[in-house]
Parts: sequence; C-alpha cells; structure tokens
Amino acid sequence: MIEAEGLTKRFGTFTAIEGVTFHVEAGEIVGFLGPNGAGKSTTMRILGGVFPPTVGRASVAGHDVVRDSLRARRALGYFPERVSLYTDMTVSEFLEYSAAIKRVPPAQRARELGRVMERCGVQHMAHRLIGTLSKGYRQRVGIAQALLGQPPVLILDEPTAGLDPEQVSEVRQLIRELKGHSTVILSTHILPEVEATCDRVMIINKGRILAVDTPRRLSQRLQRLSEIHVEVRGADAAAARSALGLLAGVLSVEVLHNDRGNVTLRVHTEPDRDLRDRVAEAVMSRGWRLLELRPIQLSLEEIFLKLVHEERVSA
Amino acid sequence: MSAAWIICKRELRSYFGSYVAYVLTGLFLLLTGGFFYSWLRYFILFGGYVLPSGLWQQVFLDMRYCTMIVLPLVTMRLFAEEKKLGTIELLWTYPLRDGEIVLGKFLGAWIFYLYMLVPTVVGPLVFYQFYAFDLSPFLCGYLGVLLLGTAFLACGMFVSSLTENQVVAAMGTYGIIITFWYLTWNEAVASMGVIEVLLKVSLFDRFLNFARGVIDTQDIIFFVLFIAFFVFLTLESLAARKWRGVGSAS
Repeated sequence: MIEAEGLTKRFGTFTAIEGVTFHVEAGEIVGFLGPNGAGKSTTMRILGGVFPPTVGRASVAGHDVVRDSLRARRALGYFPERVSLYTDMTVSEFLEYSAAIKRVPPAQRARELGRVMERCGVQHMAHRLIGTLSKGYRQRVGIAQALLGQPPVLILDEPTAGLDPEQVSEVRQLIRELKGHSTVILSTHILPEVEATCDRVMIINKGRILAVDTPRRLSQRLQRLSEIHVEVRGADAAAARSALGLLAGVLSVEVLHNDRGNVTLRVHTEPDRDLRDRVAEAVMSRGWRLLELRPIQLSLEEIFLKLVHEERVSA
Repeated sequence: MSAAWIICKRELRSYFGSYVAYVLTGLFLLLTGGFFYSWLRYFILFGGYVLPSGLWQQVFLDMRYCTMIVLPLVTMRLFAEEKKLGTIELLWTYPLRDGEIVLGKFLGAWIFYLYMLVPTVVGPLVFYQFYAFDLSPFLCGYLGVLLLGTAFLACGMFVSSLTENQVVAAMGTYGIIITFWYLTWNEAVASMGVIEVLLKVSLFDRFLNFARGVIDTQDIIFFVLFIAFFVFLTLESLAARKWRGVGSAS
C-alpha cells in the first residue's frame, strides 16, 4: 500500500533522510519511531506530497507520489505535525471545506461529516470556532479531516503530541479502531505508543532506518543474552545463587532482592537456550518454593536505546 | 464545483469573517469618495466642462493612489497567513494543483476588490442624475482602475507567497509598486533615453490613457502581461518547495 525506495532528502548540505526504504501492507498499522529530528516528518511529507525526495521514489496506493501526485494525494488522509487549522472557521465549516476539496460528493457530505465527527468525538463542538478549541480538540479535528472521504491510507505525524494522558489513550483507541479499514503510518517519539497501537515498528535515527519489525521480534532479535527472572521463597540468597550458577548454560546469576526469605534473581544464560525447566527443577529439588519464573524481554525502550547507541559506536 | 472556486469561497469567508474587510473597505470608500467630492466641487466652481480631461482624469488619477494604499493590505494575508498558521502544509497534502490554489486565492482577492470598487460608483451616479455626462470615458476610467488594481493584486499575491510575515508582504508590495511609480517621476532620476523605456513599463503611465478616457490595446496587453507575469512568479515561488533540495549537494 505504501512503498518507499531509497528515499533521500537533502536541504542544501543538510541531509534529512538517507536511503529510507520500507513498505507497508494494506491494513497494517506501522509506527515510525525516532527521536526528534530523526527524519520522521521529512519522510511523511514526501509521502504526503508536500515535496519530492532528492533521490528515490515512493508510492501510495500504487500511485507515484511525484509523477502521479494528485492521485496519490487523493488516496491519503494526512495529519500534519504542527496541527494547523484555520482558526477563523468553525469545526463543521472547516470539515465541509476539506470534504469539498477531497471531492466527497455533496449528497454524502453531511453523512460523512457526521461520521468523522462522531468517530473523533467532536460532534458537540461542530459550531465552535477552531481558534477557541483546546489543543486536544484541535488535534481531534485534525484527525477528523484526515479521515474524511475514507482514504485507504492515513499518514499521521505525531497524532498524540501535546495531549494529556486521557486524550492520548482516546486517540490511540481511535487509531486501533482504524485497523483493518485503513493502512496507517504514524510517527511518534514516544515508545509505549508504538507498543500500544502498531503491528510493526520502524526505528529511524539521523535519517536512516535502523530496524523494521514487529515490536516483539525486534526484542527477540536484539536479545544477545537471554535472561530469566526468578523469585524463590525459603532460600538463602548465596545458596540460591550458587545452585543456579551450577546449571549448564548459565553464565551468571545476579541477586536483585533478598527480602525475608524471598530471593529475587536474574539468571543470564547463553543465547537461544531456554533453561526455564532446569531452573525450576533446581529450585524444587532443594525444597525451595518457586514464586515466579519468566523470561525477560527487552522493552522497546531498551531496544531503541540499544540501536541508537550501537549506531553511535559504529559511526 | 472546481477546486479553485472552493478555495476562493474560503478566502472570501476569511475576508468577510473579520473586521479587516470592513476597515479596508471603509478606508477605500472614504478616500475615493473624498477625492470625488473635492474634484467635483472644484470643477463646478471653476467651470470644467470637458469631463474626460478634467473631472474624470483627476478622479481616476487619485483613485490610483487609493488602490495603491489599500490593495497591498488586501493581498498581504493570501499566502503569508497560511504559512504562519502552517495550514499551507495541509493544503499541499490535499489533492490540489498549485494552479488551483493560486487561481482560487487570486479570484478571492479580486472579488473582494470588486466589492470595494462597486460602491464608488454611487457618487458619480448621483451626479449623473443632475448632469447626464458621456458614459464612455467614465467606463474607460473604471476599466483602467480595474486593470491597475488587478495588477497590484497579482504583485501583492506574489510577495505574500515569499514570506510568512504579513507586514513584510505588505511592505514588499508597496516597495515594488512605488519603485514602478518613482522611476518615472522625472527625468532627473534617469536619463531621457532610459525614461522612455521606463515609461513603457510603468503601471502609472500606462494607466494615464485610461484616466483620460482613451483605450489603447497596447495598454491592455501590458496590464495582462504584468498580471500574468506575477501569477507565474507566484506559481514558481510555490513550486520552490519542490526543487529546493533536489539535486543540490549531491
């Protein structure tokens, strides 16, 4: 649905993005994750037809964003980074205007306006001037205009920036509801957002894509060492530590907590070895009780920092 | 309904949705009405019976100043405001051609200009009730005012597309218009040979024939070219977002 091949954008001597390649399947929700200034907005602006890439090509719904720009733009709804709307129009006036430009047939316009306003929860604000709305409501109006005409592709540039936690979760819910209806690419620099809403994540830093995968697989891939979290009752910390350290495949054992007979340990094992059964066995055979046993997965945050850090080291 | 018309309607809503439209119209009507009244009194007192070279010429030459003062304030917001607000980015992602955006905005400003211009005929119409003057030089003068104003609008739209600051847009437009005017003020500014060339490209000197009730196709062609030139420059200025960064520093 969205294809990007070797996108590079230079502004004078400044390279905003370099060799960005990815594709997004129909119906997917993909998160674009990176620190501020990583090139997320530049990539999205190219996809949205704001400006062409210096090198490379991209297409939206099969239409090249440069050569067939009008058709590509007809297939997408775009939410710009700086949510900027005409402050001197009311919500319904503005949506009416957007719908007309997006060629929603006049007969369907009222129904379509009602649909997007309800979806974004702004129907009771329909006759308010946009300039008098709170940031959260403006954001919703911005999303509502992107949804107008039910475009197959949605490009949302930081849709939750500057919202309060409740509004953030509402917007995320809204995005999740789009799943299956639209192909969505959204950018954010907030990690939990991607975990909460996206099927796949693209990590971008300094204009380059570092990784593209599902949040889960990314964490597996980057896990150099497997770690197991163990909590045992009735054991002495030193004894537990040495008992687990003796197991084949265990590299080291760390005691995290020792609280009145409840010992929490982290067991580092060789990669790609699942030692959970052995650990359980070792604990039981010594007469201790096993309270918790789970493999530790890197959070997206750790993956992200790792990737960005690795790049810094290799650069 | 074409996209340009949708944009044009939004522009008009924007003009009439704020008090700026009424202030500008009020200023324009006050100035034009004042000039008309004072010239009418002058020619009645001193007996100027040849209207085309007398009353009308003076009235239209003064109307020129009124359009020059007011129109840059009309066009200054066209693109600068959208750039400042950031709504221009939204516009770029809508399925619109640059030409449709420019045409819509230009048409919006032009219709607003017509709205300001129409009430200025009230004074002359009242005068007509008492003295049935020859209409053709009068209409010719209005054609000139319309063309001159449209030229100012095109120029102002271009300057507005260069900046996100409305004050800069207005000042820049005044700068261009006044330069065109000042260059042909007198031969002391430039040598006679240069002046003759400058006279040919001076908006104000081209306007003089209309004010006198003379329609010269050359003058009309000049204004049409002038307008087309600035509309073209506006399109180029918008397209700059596309070639900026393309092929540079490769």
